[in-house]
Amino acid sequence: MGLGPVDPTNPDQPPPGSSSPGRLERVLRAGKFAVTAELNPPDSADPRDVYERALVLGEVCDAINATDASGANTHMSSIGICSLLSNAGYSPVMQISCRDRNRIAIQGDVLGAAAIGVCSILCLTGDGVQAGDQPGAKPVFDLDSISLLETIRTMRDASRFLSGRPLTTPPKVFLGAAANPFVPPYDYRPLRLAKKIAAGAQFVQTQYCYDIARLESYMERVRDMGLDERCFILVGVGPLASARAARWIRSNVPGVHIPDEIIARLEGAEKQKLEGKRICVELIQAIRDIKGVAGVHLMAYRQEELVSEIITESGVRSGRRPHDHHKRAQKNTRPIVHKETT
Amino acid sequence: MYAVRRWSVRNAGMLEWLYNKFFSLLMRLHPLFDRIGYSRLEAPMAAAERVIKGFMFDCRMCGQCALRSTGMSCPMNCPKSLRNGPCGGVRLDGGCEVIPTMRCVWVEAWDGAQRMDNGMVITLVQDPLDQRLSETSSWLRVTREGNMFADQESEGRD
Repeated sequence: MGLGPVDPTNPDQPPPGSSSPGRLERVLRAGKFAVTAELNPPDSADPRDVYERALVLGEVCDAINATDASGANTHMSSIGICSLLSNAGYSPVMQISCRDRNRIAIQGDVLGAAAIGVCSILCLTGDGVQAGDQPGAKPVFDLDSISLLETIRTMRDASRFLSGRPLTTPPKVFLGAAANPFVPPYDYRPLRLAKKIAAGAQFVQTQYCYDIARLESYMERVRDMGLDERCFILVGVGPLASARAARWIRSNVPGVHIPDEIIARLEGAEKQKLEGKRICVELIQAIRDIKGVAGVHLMAYRQEELVSEIITESGVRSGRRPHDHHKRAQKNTRPIVHKETT
Repeated sequence: MYAVRRWSVRNAGMLEWLYNKFFSLLMRLHPLFDRIGYSRLEAPMAAAERVIKGFMFDCRMCGQCALRSTGMSCPMNCPKSLRNGPCGGVRLDGGCEVIPTMRCVWVEAWDGAQRMDNGMVITLVQDPLDQRLSETSSWLRVTREGNMFADQESEGRD
């Protein structure tokens, strides 16, 4: 294996025009319906906690998101998880939130991440500190998601830091952002997506979708503006464990909109957890049929074991073989995997 | 003041007109400012700006005023000081994620932008803040920079 991010002898080379040698970008550019999932970060220093969770997600996912203290709760760091995942041959999406670090720290992390083998980065504003377990923390928000996108794009495409100082090797990363079509101001949301694309977003992963009608009207506007042709849109989904859990999420997790019908349906079911899974499968099938959607992003909080079943039952990966990360990772004799393998 | 701040957004169109007049006045005052010295004017001008914009917009003196690009809703009142649009945490009633009793600064901004002639500049990407400019006068800065730009343009023509 070469030292650079791209191995010239590998047949799985990224198609021309790619920004990264990563699997997620390759799958999306090949026009396949992509599946990504969020890994719940452990509150521990044990790498096995990460690998156990990655194992159940890995076989059906094109990439695994490593969250960055989501909900403003402290967990194992995003870059730490990415390092573990990348070492084992998984394809991580490193999430970066603007809440906890300033531009000096973030730009350094981007270089470190790319050196570890991270090929995809998701740029987020971040939840407010009030939402998490340490509400007394100082909120940083030196950059916002859009200036963060622009900063990393400048590093990648112009080989420069935000300050203008040159880089010797730019980070070859596929840039993503979040989108939330389900909260106000609704008619501004597509314009915000356009702004993120202008700042460098190549893919977006949306907030949880439980409202197909709202998603459809958003996507209609997105298609009118031609945004679906300039950016891959992955819609966020996740199983709700019970009506009680759904109510709790609705009132405690910022930005999640769960319509009353969904809660009523869960409440009326004999086995609420099973119903929650069924709703998730149906949502994925409905989402797949919406023009302009490039994939789904699963966020199964504390229910990772369901992800594989949900994806299989939804049929969105039909005809695609499961990813075998470990076998491929073992082929690499070097301790650090410099590129992702398909 | 919160009530005044919201009034300003509802009257964003009028304030935009007013600002344009004020801006051309500032530009004409450049020779005078230059004679007195910009650095000497900094403290009194910043104080005036703090009082006036503080009352009208709850201005936080970031020194890089973006009101014209944000529907006359000051983005520094966002608890995340977002300068490029609303986060994903906006509540269904338009309330702020962090301070639920306050309307999202960006829900307000979008409302104000639609009342302005040139409100669509809200879609342009804003650079991150330069913290060194905090507590300085934005008015003096735009006057100085505006005239510098005009000088360069006329030099370019010569």
